[in-house]
Amino acid sequence: MHILNRWFKHWSLLPAVLLFLLLTIYPMANLVRMSVSTITFAGGAAHWAWTPLANLQLLTNDAVLGAAALNTAIFVVVSVAIEMALGLALALLVARLSRGKGLARTVMVLPILVPAVAIGSMWKLMYNYDFGVFNQALTAIGFGPVNWLGSTSVALLAVILVDIWHWTPFVFLILFAAVEGVPTDVIEAARIDGATPRQITWRIIIPLLKPALAVALIFRSILAFKTFDEVFLLTSGGPGTSTELVSLHLYKVFFEQNQLGYGAMLSLAIIIAIVAFLLVSRRALTLRAMA
Amino acid sequence: MSAGTSALPLVGRDRIIGYGLMVVAVLCVVGPFAWILMSSFKHQIAILTGAWSFTPTWSNYAEVLFGRRSDFVGNVRNSAVVASVSTVLVLVVGTLAAYSLHRFRWARWVTTGFLGWTLIFHMIPALTLVGPWYIAFRELGWYDTLGGLILTHVTMNLPMTVWLMMAFFSEIPPEIEEAARVDGCSPLEAFRYVALPLAVPGLIAAGILAFIFSWNEFSIALNLTARDTATVPVAIARFAQQYEVQHSQMAAAAVISTIPALLLMALGQRFIVRGLTLGSVK
Repeated sequence: MHILNRWFKHWSLLPAVLLFLLLTIYPMANLVRMSVSTITFAGGAAHWAWTPLANLQLLTNDAVLGAAALNTAIFVVVSVAIEMALGLALALLVARLSRGKGLARTVMVLPILVPAVAIGSMWKLMYNYDFGVFNQALTAIGFGPVNWLGSTSVALLAVILVDIWHWTPFVFLILFAAVEGVPTDVIEAARIDGATPRQITWRIIIPLLKPALAVALIFRSILAFKTFDEVFLLTSGGPGTSTELVSLHLYKVFFEQNQLGYGAMLSLAIIIAIVAFLLVSRRALTLRAMA
Repeated sequence: MSAGTSALPLVGRDRIIGYGLMVVAVLCVVGPFAWILMSSFKHQIAILTGAWSFTPTWSNYAEVLFGRRSDFVGNVRNSAVVASVSTVLVLVVGTLAAYSLHRFRWARWVTTGFLGWTLIFHMIPALTLVGPWYIAFRELGWYDTLGGLILTHVTMNLPMTVWLMMAFFSEIPPEIEEAARVDGCSPLEAFRYVALPLAVPGLIAAGILAFIFSWNEFSIALNLTARDTATVPVAIARFAQQYEVQHSQMAAAAVISTIPALLLMALGQRFIVRGLTLGSVK
């Protein structure tokens, strides 16, 4: 007991540090080693060959990666922009209603908590060409059916729509909590000074929401970049490469093509890109844990 | 001091439009849930013909749960084991770490380094590490074991748990623990008998979220498990990926997969919303 007490400060942090060392730092070091190797499996054992430049060459010559990067950029920018706008509008709206706040909050939490794979299943049913609800509705009002997930021009939009449905509620929850935190007397003072509701919204409330907006934007951007589950279920990147995202491409390189060395090189590129993004946006991050 | 925009209520026509828009938003979110729930009670043939009126049937659930070719009960058991064990472990590890960083004076590089790393690790796709995990687990014999998957899920949920628990610990007035120390409590006792009981709401919030995130996790489980250790999301993906998509069974399995989240939501919504928005707003 005495020893436990004496070293409490140290041993309480130790398990977390060990876990990070063994399951994140060590694997990342391994990524570096893998990225300069070509790894083959024979007889259940891994064989490593030292090929320092081969994977870098694969990285620069990867045509699918180019398509995936473009798709991912479109996916992230379009879905996050719409999610931010919708989430903000909804938060401002619901905060000004006297009833229904609890209901809105309850319903909006649902998409965040259910498995993304279940969400993929829902939309796969709704998008179905032959019997999905969207095509039923379109046919009923006299338009032809749309091949939501099977046509190269629509598939990416269809996948973006799912992301908007999935994550607008998250933006709403963060911004709604922030709107509910705006001091009432500030708004009352503005009213007494003759400001219209529109002016109060644009000149007072939204500027006060800036920290929350920044956090929502950064978190959503990175989470959108990581999107994998729903798209894997809906299209697996197809048709062709029209919904191929960087995350899906990484999965295929690692686990379908078994190119562990090149997969590691790709992983490192992704990690470097994310750390760079974090460093650039660090000023805007007001994570309380970091304060 | 009061807060919120109650001083700016919508009135007249705006109020009606406002409520109308809120109802539309709520329906948009609920709609897909209703659709898949309905589909899960349809025979495959009723789904394929797009019938709106149909005789509800339990057969999809029976097929998914008790069908001869279905392992779904085993998948549910795997998911339940992985989610509960990893939640208990991450609460223990994460709470201790959070308390240590919050209460004791660590060198600046330790705190910044640790928290900075949690942030970076939280932000990079798990898929970047699944490859090295796969190789290491194969060598250690942990591939295709629930224990291996549990370890990865503990690591995955550690950043969130540490942030949440630090936030909750910092809301406890330091005077309370100081008083306990003056009364002769050791640091360990002050943690065990004073800080920990006061942080129970945080433990509930972090526990619920860790359980749900582990239950939902797909990309790691997809690659580190095989037939006997596959979790629920992996099983659902199999239904969807078969050559002939089993729509009705996929729907039933997906509905079943949402049950834990709905149950926990009903029990601890306050904690969940607090947990999801805390740290991001303040």
